[in-house]
Amino acid sequence: MSGKTLYDKLWDSHVVREEDGGTSLIYIDRHLIHEVTSPQAFAGLKESGRLPRRVGANLAVADHNVPTTDRSKGISDAVSQLQVTTLDQNCKEFGITEYDMNDPRQGIVHVIGPEQGATLPGMTIVCGDSHTATHGAFGALSFGIGTSEVEHVLATQCLVSRKMRSMRITIDGELRPGVVAKDLILAIIGEIGTSGGTGYAIEFSGSVVRALSMEARMTLCNMTIEAGARCGIVAVDESTIDYLENRTYAPKGDQWIEAQKLWSDYVSDTDAVFDQEIRLDGQTILPQVTWGTSPEMVIPIDGIIPDPQGLSDESRREGWVRALEYMDLESGTPIREVRVDKVFIGSCTNGRIEDLRAAAQVARGHRVASNVSLAMVVPGSGLVKRQAESEGLDAVFTRAGFEWREPGCSMCLAMNADRLEPGERCASTSNRNFEGRQGQGGRTHLVSPAVAAAAAVAGHFVDPAELEIKT
Amino acid sequence: MEAFKTVKGVVLPIDRSNIDTDAIIPKQYLKSVARSGFGANLFDEWRYLDHGEPGQEHSNRPINPNFVLNEKRYTGAEVLLARSNFGCGSSREHAVWALRDYGVKVIIASSFADIFFNNCFKNGLLPLVLPEDVIDVLFDSIKDEPGYMLEVDLESQNIITPDGTQHSFDIERFRKYCLVNGFDDIDLTLQHKKDISEFEASHKQRMPWLFEDIS
Ligand code: SF4
Repeated sequence: MSGKTLYDKLWDSHVVREEDGGTSLIYIDRHLIHEVTSPQAFAGLKESGRLPRRVGANLAVADHNVPTTDRSKGISDAVSQLQVTTLDQNCKEFGITEYDMNDPRQGIVHVIGPEQGATLPGMTIVCGDSHTATHGAFGALSFGIGTSEVEHVLATQCLVSRKMRSMRITIDGELRPGVVAKDLILAIIGEIGTSGGTGYAIEFSGSVVRALSMEARMTLCNMTIEAGARCGIVAVDESTIDYLENRTYAPKGDQWIEAQKLWSDYVSDTDAVFDQEIRLDGQTILPQVTWGTSPEMVIPIDGIIPDPQGLSDESRREGWVRALEYMDLESGTPIREVRVDKVFIGSCTNGRIEDLRAAAQVARGHRVASNVSLAMVVPGSGLVKRQAESEGLDAVFTRAGFEWREPGCSMCLAMNADRLEPGERCASTSNRNFEGRQGQGGRTHLVSPAVAAAAAVAGHFVDPAELEIKT
Repeated sequence: MEAFKTVKGVVLPIDRSNIDTDAIIPKQYLKSVARSGFGANLFDEWRYLDHGEPGQEHSNRPINPNFVLNEKRYTGAEVLLARSNFGCGSSREHAVWALRDYGVKVIIASSFADIFFNNCFKNGLLPLVLPEDVIDVLFDSIKDEPGYMLEVDLESQNIITPDGTQHSFDIERFRKYCLVNGFDDIDLTLQHKKDISEFEASHKQRMPWLFEDIS
């Protein structure tokens, strides 16, 4: 018999019972909650008179609706305000720990989970949010769920689920200088498509992945959902353990020693067999920029906007034509010639300290180009913000003409006041370039933090390596 | 949940792949703390010519005449036909609530995004996967036949076209069982409380740190 994949191990250690026909009841260790997908779940609990099974397994935070400007005045949009206070009230009523809008630890749910050590190897982690895939970077099984399932987890600490197929994406070799995890995942999505991972749990491995920091692994896993896979996982290694040591909710003392021993087994066995294997050479990957309205519509920074006429699949061709029209782009144009109106650096994909450092390194000593009406940096959490400020990154950004904001989801999905106006074009470090995602009629190009900062400075897309580095 | 047996309804064809949940229900409507009332904003940005906001009166908004949903012949559609990767993107169950609220009971596509697919079953909406060639045929037939209806029989797992052709479909046994009986997942799971407690005890023994409360 072949060995077990990391996914097998995570799955097998959480099966409460198996039903006929392939569904199982699986146990959930950690449940993260935010204000958008939870109100109806709490309402459901109340209607049926149920209580959360394990209050202490939950951690809640308000992130999607919160303003990124001065919070002392509260939230001006009454509907957003109601959603945030509803979360506050529900958490209070049920005794769930919440980092409210003014808590220094507040931030994007997928940034604060790992930051607080609430995300640990070997766990099952869920949240009513598709980017829960992020936490798989820690050798955990983590995936997004809908609101009915949020209620189900609250009430039972379990989910009815079905084992996925397994895929391994191995990236060997080395990355070129300036190429980061965001480029890697965009290149992968370009390769396998936005439904290439549907039905799979994807494990990322290979020398490139092993060399990535934990933050970079989070970026990688974060966007597996954009490849159709609900979860991305990376095996536990020394980087995982180093990151977690002394985090608030990580085990301490004897338990820390015990935990490390157990965690070292959260790797795929060498003889494990995957349902699908994909291999990439790290050396071939360049900085990436999306040109269309789906993350798979992506090209390298030196690329030209492709021509749909070459596509044989009719439905795909029509999709490309529509995307070009929506994005107001012409086939054959070098992406470098495309000028941007706004720049957004932040989100659960790229709102961590390393992301801000990478962007600051490019922005340092430069000025935001005059055709860019707004370049904003939104830290992923209050702690990220504080760290960045202690390193003087805020000053680097503001001196260059960027706005330095309060933490939250912000213009990643534009539920708060931060958004694109119709027709505006944005270089964004977020994860979705769907029509209207950053504001109705807005045009989003997904890029890494360094490429976003370079676009802000140059006013158009450019390889950051071409900009003068100032110290 | 209401039990699902058969549906016979007008088919709304949206000839696109990768219809994402942002398109199905734009983010501004996610601010609602209710579970209903999303139907008027289903496909809001495709359906109306102006920008909509929650709480707005929708009856007098300018309609996009080029969006298929606004064509008279598809009024009251209960079956939605699309291409691949339907429901990709965010986990928002609001997308399913909007479709249900509008009156959609069945979605036929060549593939679905996983989270959306799951969310459908929790709300008595049946997502059906059919092969691409069958979907091609359905799109063609609808074009030529105003008032085109499909009958979807969950018990026998068949779709019946107006000319009597049958296309069978697969569905997981447990999901079918819940749908046809209108069962609530939580009730079913709570019948296994003993199993859950036993699992918890052994899980805790192995990894006690997982049971330290977040506080
Ligand atoms: S940053 Fe964007 S993708 Fe991440 S949780 Fe917030 S809205 Fe979702």
